Amino acid sequence: MGLMNNHGVLERHSLLLTVGILVVVSIGGIIQMAPLMYMDNTIEKVDGMRPYTPLELLGRDIYVREGCYVCHSQMVRPLRDEVERYGHYSLAAESMYDHPFQWGSKRTGPDLARVGGKYSVTWQVDHLKDPRALVPESVMPPYAFLAEKPLRTKDISARLRTERLVGVPYTDGMIENAEAHLLAQADPEGRGFEFVDDLVSAYAEAAGREGSFELRDFDGDPERVTEMDALVAYLQMTGTLVDFSTYEADDLENRR
Amino acid sequence: MVQTHAYNYRDNTSLYLVSGALVFFLSLALLIARYAADQAMEVQSWTFIGLAMAFLLGTIFWASNNADRNPFDEAEYEDTIVKWGVIASVFWGLAGLLVGLIIALQLTFPNIFYFPELGWTNFGRLRPLHTSAVIFAFGGNVLIATSFYVVQRTCRTRLAGGMWPWFVFWGYQIFIVLAATGYLVGVTQSKEYAEPEWYVDWWLTLVWVGYLLVFLGTLWKRKEPHIYVANWFYLSFIVTIAMLHIVNNLSVPVSLTGSKSVQVFAGVQDAMTQWWYGHNAVGFFLTTGFLAIMYYFIPKRVNRPVYSYRLSIVHFWSLIFIYIWAGPHHLHYTALPQWAQTLGMAFSIMLWMPSWGGMINGVMTLSGAWDKLRTDPVVRMMVVSLAFYGMATFEGPLMSVRAVNALSHYTEWGIGHVHSGALGWVGYISFGALYCLAPWLWKRKDLYSNNLVEWHFWISTVGILFYMISMWFAGITEGLMWRAYNEFGFLEYSFVETVEAKHISYMIRALGGGLYFIGAVIMAYNLCRTALGHGEARDEVSATPQNDIHSTLQPAE
Repeated sequence: MGLMNNHGVLERHSLLLTVGILVVVSIGGIIQMAPLMYMDNTIEKVDGMRPYTPLELLGRDIYVREGCYVCHSQMVRPLRDEVERYGHYSLAAESMYDHPFQWGSKRTGPDLARVGGKYSVTWQVDHLKDPRALVPESVMPPYAFLAEKPLRTKDISARLRTERLVGVPYTDGMIENAEAHLLAQADPEGRGFEFVDDLVSAYAEAAGREGSFELRDFDGDPERVTEMDALVAYLQMTGTLVDFSTYEADDLENRR
Repeated sequence: MVQTHAYNYRDNTSLYLVSGALVFFLSLALLIARYAADQAMEVQSWTFIGLAMAFLLGTIFWASNNADRNPFDEAEYEDTIVKWGVIASVFWGLAGLLVGLIIALQLTFPNIFYFPELGWTNFGRLRPLHTSAVIFAFGGNVLIATSFYVVQRTCRTRLAGGMWPWFVFWGYQIFIVLAATGYLVGVTQSKEYAEPEWYVDWWLTLVWVGYLLVFLGTLWKRKEPHIYVANWFYLSFIVTIAMLHIVNNLSVPVSLTGSKSVQVFAGVQDAMTQWWYGHNAVGFFLTTGFLAIMYYFIPKRVNRPVYSYRLSIVHFWSLIFIYIWAGPHHLHYTALPQWAQTLGMAFSIMLWMPSWGGMINGVMTLSGAWDKLRTDPVVRMMVVSLAFYGMATFEGPLMSVRAVNALSHYTEWGIGHVHSGALGWVGYISFGALYCLAPWLWKRKDLYSNNLVEWHFWISTVGILFYMISMWFAGITEGLMWRAYNEFGFLEYSFVETVEAKHISYMIRALGGGLYFIGAVIMAYNLCRTALGHGEARDEVSATPQNDIHSTLQPAE
């Protein structure tokens, strides 16, 4: 075959070979990835999505740090048993502010996309501290140490500003008052009292509705804000933002 | 270059450049350590400073001890670095397998293997340590070592760049230690198989560009007109991993002295990018790189030419073209648009053909030397690795079919699948290459003991079978239990019942992993004794053809 005989050219010129390889391995990725960046119907329009509150965002950082994603997915597939077990299947919009995404690839534990509100805050804290005390057959690691570690809030404004840089719509007010907002959510009756109204109005405006997060002490120790507070605040809101009463799955826009 | 003066003329430029680069990065690390925004970054900076300092002092010590000879002599192959690569591969292999065994035991006996007061030993932090250690530390070192060996032999010239290959080697070890210790102190960006944070990503990019240049530089001064097929595979592995690594790790650091960064992509786009990366880490790190090993070490060991030159060409281009599309099969039924999922599935099924083309090319290379399967346990190990490769690359397309994936995804089936490829294919072809390299590099007649290779082979093979079968069983069991309905139309099982159902399978899996680890310990022992020249390795071999830079064509060429 003539084509085969010409292969000798590539075998004699290392740069041609390198460029050839680069071209051949680029095609698939470009075709699959580039359209997702600009096609409008990649992410359906839904009501209710807002950026994470500072406490939730730091809780999510702890979720990432502890490698929760290696055992828990956050992606309910549109299969009958999953929808019945976990709730409405996940929408693309629900992870539009997730840098990076947390869809996961393995369910050694259950899916957590809609775990928010499924259990009480006390259950979550007790379960995280000693999983087998509540679920004897569980193989989950214990996370009691999170309740001992004070939450590091030092650079929280810079953290939010970086999120905005990559496209999360945090407002100037949200960034400026991030630390106060965090206190307001975790200790609304004490140190954060003054900023409660500001926190509620800022994130209600972003979400288009009120009551999309809880303001309270989470870990049972109102004196200080720990990593447990942040993680449970995050877990308790996962998958609760979208207003499914306004979402029409059969709408032409949402059929992909 | 003036070849005749090579013995007298010593070019120190690369030595100074590497030392200068190290001094630069040491100063940078000291600055970061001084102004570290978080404790993890401080720990990481000091780790880097310690390691880079050791590298720099080692270099100075080594260079001053070598004042009277030319360590970059063009008339000799650079084999010392390959020896170090063999040692590093064995060390990281044992470490990675051991962590794997520990986390398997954690899932089996959580009451014994979790320590509430030691949060950093939890599964979530150790699993990335395991995957990174076996893929990047073990696999990466095997690839760097074998590629440095193979590219010199097939180009019949010394490794290019003087001191730079050493920068690649030690820089890569620094990357490994930074990544591994980072996971333990909680530094991760949570993208599977790309967990290290931005500054480690940058360091790896630098090392990797060095690797590419050393490899290309060696090709440029080759004394063979043609580039041998193994080098196409190595080159595609190096180039493509660079592309994948850079795109998947695009992130904005929160602070230039802090460990945390924010990914540029989010949600759907990030998922697509991640699995484009993730699947091609399998495709280009764990496949094309190790196929390069196949294309050199099997022909060499059995002393036969590669079965088909044409098949090599078809195999090479079709494999690298098709592999890159397969990523979305990790995202079936997710919020990724269905057209992308379907493309991923279609190309995954097509991928079956080039995969088996490569396997056939490797196995059929034994034509006329089939007896070696019986007589040479190292050959058997490499051929069995191809059998596992064939099996895993058949199972993969099967699992990428949406309907099958609906059952298999998120279950232990995936874990079983990846380990049949990792333990069977990547592990065995690497062990085969290490068993070949030890006597070649340390110039021994044979391995210390071929009997021990037999032991290694059989113990590990039983281990792999335990592993695979228990995970198939566990995965299909839980997949079916998740979707089981009772007669009243309700879900039959709660989630935790499906966890409980896997307990026995987990025990068998841990046993399988334990056996595989024991096999690797036997190999480490055998290779040590070989290097020391004990047993059947006693007699030294002076100049075998592949050790002589001026020899004529090699059977593998």
